Amino acid sequence: MAIVTERPNLEASGDAPPDRAERPVKISARGVDVFYGTKQALKSVDLDIRENEVTALIGPSGCGKSTFLRCLNRMNDVIESARVSGTILLDGQDIYDRDLDVVMLRARVGMVFQKPNPFPKSIYDNVAYGPRIHGLGASRAELDEIVMTSLERAGLLAEVKDRLQEPGTGLSGGQQQRLCIARAIAVNPEVILMDEPCSALDPIATARVEELIDELRENYTIVIVTHSMQQAARVSQRTAFFHLGELIEVGDTEQIFTSPRDERTQGYITGRFG
Amino acid sequence: MPIPSDHIVKSFDEELKHLNQIIAQMGGLAEAQLQTAIEALVRRDANLATQAVQSDARIDELEHQVDSLSIRMLALRQPMARDLREVVAALKIASDIERIGDYAANVGKRAVVLAQVPPMRPVHVIPRMGRMVQAIIKDVLDAYVEHNADKAVGAWERDEEVDEMYTSLFRELLTYMMEDPRNIGPCTHLLFIAKNIERIGDHATNIAETVHFLVHGRTIEAARPKGDMTSFAMVSPPDAGGPETDKS
Repeated sequence: MAIVTERPNLEASGDAPPDRAERPVKISARGVDVFYGTKQALKSVDLDIRENEVTALIGPSGCGKSTFLRCLNRMNDVIESARVSGTILLDGQDIYDRDLDVVMLRARVGMVFQKPNPFPKSIYDNVAYGPRIHGLGASRAELDEIVMTSLERAGLLAEVKDRLQEPGTGLSGGQQQRLCIARAIAVNPEVILMDEPCSALDPIATARVEELIDELRENYTIVIVTHSMQQAARVSQRTAFFHLGELIEVGDTEQIFTSPRDERTQGYITGRFG
Repeated sequence: MPIPSDHIVKSFDEELKHLNQIIAQMGGLAEAQLQTAIEALVRRDANLATQAVQSDARIDELEHQVDSLSIRMLALRQPMARDLREVVAALKIASDIERIGDYAANVGKRAVVLAQVPPMRPVHVIPRMGRMVQAIIKDVLDAYVEHNADKAVGAWERDEEVDEMYTSLFRELLTYMMEDPRNIGPCTHLLFIAKNIERIGDHATNIAETVHFLVHGRTIEAARPKGDMTSFAMVSPPDAGGPETDKS
């Protein structure tokens, strides 16, 4: 009698699935410095924002994340003491170019703010305001179409379709924020900047806006500043951590929240400082 | 700016520390349980073997504590990064230690039976295998407490020796069984005991991998070393036309 031991070939065949494809870069920031008077708010930030992705900017108060966000559609221009240097390219075009039309830039790069700020006008006019000044929707029918589509995309149409002539300020906080999102997308932007869009909303309204952000990603590139790390983890594909005006670390959201490379990122997201 | 090692919320640190302490305690119990079971086998001491079986209950109880504390922390603290890995690692390691306890208890049960029959020679190989696995368990648990990934990897690599020892014991036991059918009963028990110890080694290897993930945030990249060839072994009787010689 004998004992025979032969190892059969048990190796799996076939190729491993490819990694998630990297999307093209929509906005590319290089060496961006921002000064408010003599105080340096951003220190040589290099960051690429990828198309049709949600990029979350996180960090403690005063870290420069909102300052960076405002650089992306030149909102810092309106602050007198602010000085921006470095380059920011939108589809390869320098947005700080002297010949660039800032109004057109802001149509391409829309913004939603922390506190819902509807105009003291009807729901319809809030959404129609942007298209009118940009000469979109020549006829009433076309304008109606833009307003309806924008409200639909912002997930608000079903709730307001019977009261479009009522004031936008009469809506609930969450509805007002979705109205502001509808207003931002009415001018057909490519990028939407959101500065803590849910900080004034209750958890249910927050969940609706987060769900909306995820849907909007299909058509827009989104950059969101948030103080809620759970929110950053839930809605974004990429996360950038800012600290004391520097970009400390940027990576896939999953990597940042499970195994950040930098000790400072680790310290902030695990609640050790900030 | 230096990064503080403590959380702003102090009670979070206390919970994490408590979690580590329960795991360390479970590990200590499992180590002792395995030692007792093997000792009982060698000394043919049924009472000692029964002790090894009974101490399993305490490990199970501690595992429940780790489970509920971990779930509580996930729900209430929503840990991130290193903290998240701490909690997930605790859950996984507790489950590995619980399995180690089960296998050690099974060694104890079989030692009770073997104490009733005449002694078998291979019983002496088992303590050697047992000591090797105990040393690995001790190292991986130390690696966990110290958060020392290098020590964990060192222990991880040694599991191959345990596998090889098991393969060789497997062949030896088969030979005894072929020699005399009266050996089949006790040899089968010894085979299961060896298999239990080999499985304990595998769970220690899991723990080593978890410690590596806990420290570095990624899994060990190398393929796990494997020396257990028993799954591919076959006994062929002489009249079956199979190979006459031992080919492995």
